[in-house]
Amino acid sequence: MRSSFVSNFLVGVFFLCLGPVLFAKETPSESGGPAGTKAEIKEYIEHHLKDSHDFSIASYTDDQGNKVHWGFPLPVILWDDGLKVFSSSLFHHGETVAEVDGNYYKLYHSKIYKTDSEGTIVYDAEDHPTNTKPLDFSITKNVVMMLVTGLLMLWLFTSMARKYEKSGGVPTGVAKFFEPIVLYIRDDIAIPNIGEKKYSRYMPFLLTVFFFIWFLNMFGLTPLGVNVTGNIAVTTALAMIVFLMTNFTGTRDYWKHIFDPLGDGMPWYGKMIIYIILVPIEILGIFIKPFALLIRLYANMTAGHVVLMSLIGLIFIFKSWVGGPLSFGLSFAISLIEILVALLQAYIFTMLSALYFGFAAEEHDHDHEEPVLEHL
Amino acid sequence: MEIPSVIGAGLAVIGAGIGIGMIGGRAMDAIARQPEAYGKIQTAMLIAAALIEGIGFAAIFAG
Repeated sequence: MRSSFVSNFLVGVFFLCLGPVLFAKETPSESGGPAGTKAEIKEYIEHHLKDSHDFSIASYTDDQGNKVHWGFPLPVILWDDGLKVFSSSLFHHGETVAEVDGNYYKLYHSKIYKTDSEGTIVYDAEDHPTNTKPLDFSITKNVVMMLVTGLLMLWLFTSMARKYEKSGGVPTGVAKFFEPIVLYIRDDIAIPNIGEKKYSRYMPFLLTVFFFIWFLNMFGLTPLGVNVTGNIAVTTALAMIVFLMTNFTGTRDYWKHIFDPLGDGMPWYGKMIIYIILVPIEILGIFIKPFALLIRLYANMTAGHVVLMSLIGLIFIFKSWVGGPLSFGLSFAISLIEILVALLQAYIFTMLSALYFGFAAEEHDHDHEEPVLEHL
Repeated sequence: MEIPSVIGAGLAVIGAGIGIGMIGGRAMDAIARQPEAYGKIQTAMLIAAALIEGIGFAAIFAG
């Protein structure tokens, strides 16, 4: 039993580590010296970190010099004087101009610009395109991954709930793995931070956000090559939900703590002087807390991906037998750390959200303060 | 003379590293002194480390 678990675990780890090696198939062409290779690796890493309009797994240049892409196109949805829906295969991975209803669009650095029929992009002094950008509601790679994760969670947890109903509360199958995690979030994250009385209001969000971030982090380590939680828009949206929930469920005591933290402890003329400094800091704190949350997740996942892909880039920099084993060994070790980081970041996000909800839900029971002091 | 921003980022990361190291070390001391409080100490340690880590990353991105 145990040995089968260990071997399964190792096989899983192996496939996770194979991911980066598969990315490496997208070999930069041999042209250019060492500087050219470095620039190409850098460009490739930057491309990987971005969202894209087609789901490409790998691409390579065949013997005839044609670029071959593995993957499938995704729908592009634009709002540009009316709804425009078309397949991203019209872009041919940014190589051609897409013509839709007499309008021309071109992909440039994973963003869609409106151009003329030639696909000309006009640059300003800082090399930024000045072409108009239509509003982009496309189902991009990241959106696909989020939908897949959402459906996976929906299927996983509803089927688990049904099985619990059938077995009368005894965990079966995959629930044996997930039950301790759910209980951990309830008993060690939600209850100590939010309190026995109010924690159940926040549990659905905490569980959802934990598994959502964890699953997406893990998907980021597979050969699919997605980088959803390393996308600042995604983490901003998650932090925004935390921000809204914290402030809309805030009690009287929460707002009192921000605008009148000293209460009756000091006469008003004394408080005035302190509050000139204190209140603005507290108000800034409302925004800084979710901001730190979004930067932490984004930066951690991005940094992990950059390190991993730079190590794979070693193969192309060394170009000798040293590069392969060195790159494999290092990226294997980093992949193992990344598996830990994937869980840790989901935990930290959930933990800090619970902490902020705890601030919002606090209620001082002023009648009970005296007996506590007597004990001292 | 202008100091490159990477040097500033590096200094900030050194600071963050020392900070996280101290948190980890103190947490070890605390666990050795009170092994039964392991869970609570670990949670507090992770939160503090995560907060410092944020500064380190902010420095890297600024640099």
